[in-house]
Amino acid sequence: MIAERPQGALARLTLLYPAAVLLVFFVIPFGIMLAVSFFRREPGGFYLVEFSLANYGNLFTALFGRVLAFSLLISAFCALLCVAAGFPFTYLLTRMPRRRQVVWLVILVSVLSLSAVIVAFAWSIMLSQTAGVSNLFVRLGLLDRPQSWSPGFWALTCGMCYVAFPYTVLVLYPPLARLDPHLPEAARTLGASPLVTFFTVIVGSLRSAIVAALVMVFAFNLGTYLIPQILGKPQHWTLSVLITDEAIYRSNLPLAAAMAVFFMGVSLALVGMAMLGGRRRPGGAA
Amino acid sequence: MVRSRILSAVSLVLLAALVFLPAASFGAAKSIKVGVYGGYFKDSFDKHIFPDFTKETGIQVESVAEPTGEAWLVQLEQAAKAGVAPADVNMIAQTPMLRGQKTNLWMPLDLKKIPNHKNLLPVFIHKYPDGRVDGIGAVSWYITLVSNTKVFPEAPKSWADMWAADKKDKLGLLALASNSFLLEVTAKTFFGGTQILDTREGIQKALDKLAALKPNVKLWYRDEAQFEQALKAGEIPMGQYYHDVATLAAKEHPVRSTFPKEGGILDSGIWAVTKACKKVEEAHVFINYMSRPDIQKKLALKVGTAPTVKRELTGLTDAEFAAVSSEIPPILPRYDIYTGELSDWINQKWTEMITR
Repeated sequence: MIAERPQGALARLTLLYPAAVLLVFFVIPFGIMLAVSFFRREPGGFYLVEFSLANYGNLFTALFGRVLAFSLLISAFCALLCVAAGFPFTYLLTRMPRRRQVVWLVILVSVLSLSAVIVAFAWSIMLSQTAGVSNLFVRLGLLDRPQSWSPGFWALTCGMCYVAFPYTVLVLYPPLARLDPHLPEAARTLGASPLVTFFTVIVGSLRSAIVAALVMVFAFNLGTYLIPQILGKPQHWTLSVLITDEAIYRSNLPLAAAMAVFFMGVSLALVGMAMLGGRRRPGGAA
Repeated sequence: MVRSRILSAVSLVLLAALVFLPAASFGAAKSIKVGVYGGYFKDSFDKHIFPDFTKETGIQVESVAEPTGEAWLVQLEQAAKAGVAPADVNMIAQTPMLRGQKTNLWMPLDLKKIPNHKNLLPVFIHKYPDGRVDGIGAVSWYITLVSNTKVFPEAPKSWADMWAADKKDKLGLLALASNSFLLEVTAKTFFGGTQILDTREGIQKALDKLAALKPNVKLWYRDEAQFEQALKAGEIPMGQYYHDVATLAAKEHPVRSTFPKEGGILDSGIWAVTKACKKVEEAHVFINYMSRPDIQKKLALKVGTAPTVKRELTGLTDAEFAAVSSEIPPILPRYDIYTGELSDWINQKWTEMITR
């Protein structure tokens, strides 16, 4: 926490730098996108610089609603899975000796450096009938014959979680590392079992960190667009896929921009609600 | 010391620029920038085509990698508004070609300066609605019905085979209406020709017929590599794919490419010049050179594209010709419907159909 407000011309100057970066890399591009979303689409051409609400009007279709709902649900679902698996993992990680922690963190960060294309292709081969893990299951006697599991909903879930998991751990690591080790110890001394300690004391005291992690992983997942194309069937294509189709393949920039602005609005509203919910709960640690 | 050294270096550079600039701009009169799809096409052209062109005409070629899809058109439009041409001659796909017509982006070409246009098949002389020529066919390629020979020992004969019950969950098809041309395939196979796509009702009929195909489709792909890999392995043993690449793959993998009796889909790129181009003469020389039968033959043999000129002029043997093309009349994509009044409606219906 900053105890004092920065004072003097120099301190103000240093604030100008982040402000300028935000302006150039976020505000201006977003402003252009917002403007384009109100331009008039010219079928067979590009767009005309005229004010039009038609692009937003065109959003109210069953198709858009379905794809929007699916994008939000799959992102939330994968965020839940990642945090559910990532929280105990990160907790155990922070209890390890320093050296081993570093090894694990390096492995996780290197996964993050893989491109989504490589991850998606690797999973599609791993879940394929001809070369995938189902062949291993057949050899172990668990299946009668090899099966094809990609593309499909679970293939998509695997791919998205694989990319989001390291990110989840990195988000959860700082609060868990800061957790006072005396807290669980005290609970154990008072007779709580390890499981009870974990769920009541550790999860309980880090509730706001968990909500924050859920929100960040959810937002991270919303942007995924290559993985659904490769690991999902058409009904699993997310809104990002449709936005790309409109912008790149159909030269319909106004509609693509309107979709993106609307998508962002809905996501921000959901994130805001989750943050408020996480803060207002009585007994919350925030 | 350092400072004065930098200063003298700067003045040397300036002096050099003054001396050499006129020479450079003189040299530029004999050079040309050609935009080609980045990757395989650009590499092949750099290797097999451009050096010989320079040797023959003395015109230097600088090749510019352009993105496929419509992104390049957006850049050309913006640049032309500023009076700049990022490349003098551009390889442009058919749909962006039509979009560019709406803003009069393309400079009309003078056929008198392209005497080799007489060699071309008529479809490869692209025109404005009022008859001015705005493009000349650059390369063409076929999309055909491909299958895995291990899974399907017998070759399919018709596009209709894709609808057969034994193909359930076995097909790989391109994901968009405007790059799969499946509406045209359906129209030619089941409704007697692509003219049915003139009306909303006709397009709806083709879409309904295509919807019946959905249970057979395992993968709607955007990424070619994904389908090619699955086709070779037999994971997705049938589908639509590029004839040239499939023929190449057939040398080492159990893959075959078949021209169905309704014909393969003939897609192509066009040489076009924007109105901002300042090297009009050189552009015509280049396009004329590319329309020569022997150059088209070389493209067929080295790059695997189908010739844009009449077959008998190329001197390709039957086997060489079959590797890149077919005598069966092709299915010609209806590019007009993807830029016309119905285009947004078609895209919407298409996405609804495949994502449901």
